[in-house]
Amino acid sequence: MNWTWFHKWGSPKWFYEMSGRWLPWLGVAAILLLAVGLAWGLAFAPPEKYQLDSYRIIYIHVPAAFLAQSCYLLMAIAGVVSLVWKMKLADVALQQAAPIGAWLCFVSLVSGAIWGKPTWGTYWIWDARLTSMLILLFLYFGVIALGNAISNRDSAAKACAVLALVGAVNIPIIKYSVEFWNTLHQPATFTVTGKASMSADMWLPLLISVLGFYCFFATVLLMRMRLEVLRRESRASWVKAEVARLSGGNR
Amino acid sequence: MNPVRKKRLMIVLAILAGTGIAVALALTALQQNINLFYTPTQIAAGEAPQDARIRAGGLVKEGSVKRSTDSLLVDFVVTDGAAEVTIRFQGILPDLFREGQGIVALGKLDGEGVLLADEVLAKHDENYMPPEVTQALEQSGMMKHYEDGKQGSKQ
Repeated sequence: MNWTWFHKWGSPKWFYEMSGRWLPWLGVAAILLLAVGLAWGLAFAPPEKYQLDSYRIIYIHVPAAFLAQSCYLLMAIAGVVSLVWKMKLADVALQQAAPIGAWLCFVSLVSGAIWGKPTWGTYWIWDARLTSMLILLFLYFGVIALGNAISNRDSAAKACAVLALVGAVNIPIIKYSVEFWNTLHQPATFTVTGKASMSADMWLPLLISVLGFYCFFATVLLMRMRLEVLRRESRASWVKAEVARLSGGNR
Repeated sequence: MNPVRKKRLMIVLAILAGTGIAVALALTALQQNINLFYTPTQIAAGEAPQDARIRAGGLVKEGSVKRSTDSLLVDFVVTDGAAEVTIRFQGILPDLFREGQGIVALGKLDGEGVLLADEVLAKHDENYMPPEVTQALEQSGMMKHYEDGKQGSKQ
């Protein structure tokens, strides 16, 4: 098996150059998809039969919840890479993804609470889906806190990677909670396989919005990672040259 | 992959498998503990405790919702086909609450067998009732009636 593509990621310089090339495309895609998906969903999609307009929060709630889980999965994978291959970039990705994931998780919990009050009649219920999602938020807090509490970079990387890895057990629990247990939360409407239980003019804007959130996440993550790479490699000559180039206009 | 990395990968996988199994066992144990609601039949048979907060679930009976004219007090009957229980609730009902809807109410039974609810929750999806309610309805044969009614209203 050829590992060259993988070993390239070991070089912060290579990552910095590549991500600089991807960033504009991702940024533009994120803005376009989010604008189209959200405008379509929030303003033009038909109202739902019983919930009327209150269901529209789905265009925020579902993408945020998707991303909160995907982000944690990404952190777990980065954790494995950081533990097994000791790749510095994996640790950068893990640490930098955590705050974004925490915010997305928070958004999905808050939007779910706002949605729950008019439809279910309660902001919060301790059912399996809601509780496991809250645990995910606390796992994010744990990773952020652990990363900041340990000053030795290698120890912090190891501790965060283990927490990200162990916490990943929660992801399938979130996913299948609505099927394993009796919950007030309804099962997934939006599945990759199988028929959608939504009409196409409600479903399409949701898909676009989800893709937009993914591009937005990738953009923000790359920007944060680039900054962190510059900070960590500040002694390298290529970083000094890059910083001089970036700040050149201001001198 | 060199042997050191392979060994580390094995350790990582073992950690993941270990926590996975531990959590799965814990959740399987909790499964037995799920706070099942009482059906109107069980409440009528006196199986539900009188002084504890219980959950009651079923379908809101057609034509049974009586709203007070000067307050938010509302009385309605929840049925599973075999028995009925009256629920009294003061507050704002969820938007999805309507006759024929599957609901779950949380509250205490008074001496007369009326459930004084402090929370009434409705399910999100129109065609989807709380699994507990569905199960109970299937047991009492009400589910078929509900499905028939749905098909009837579509035609």
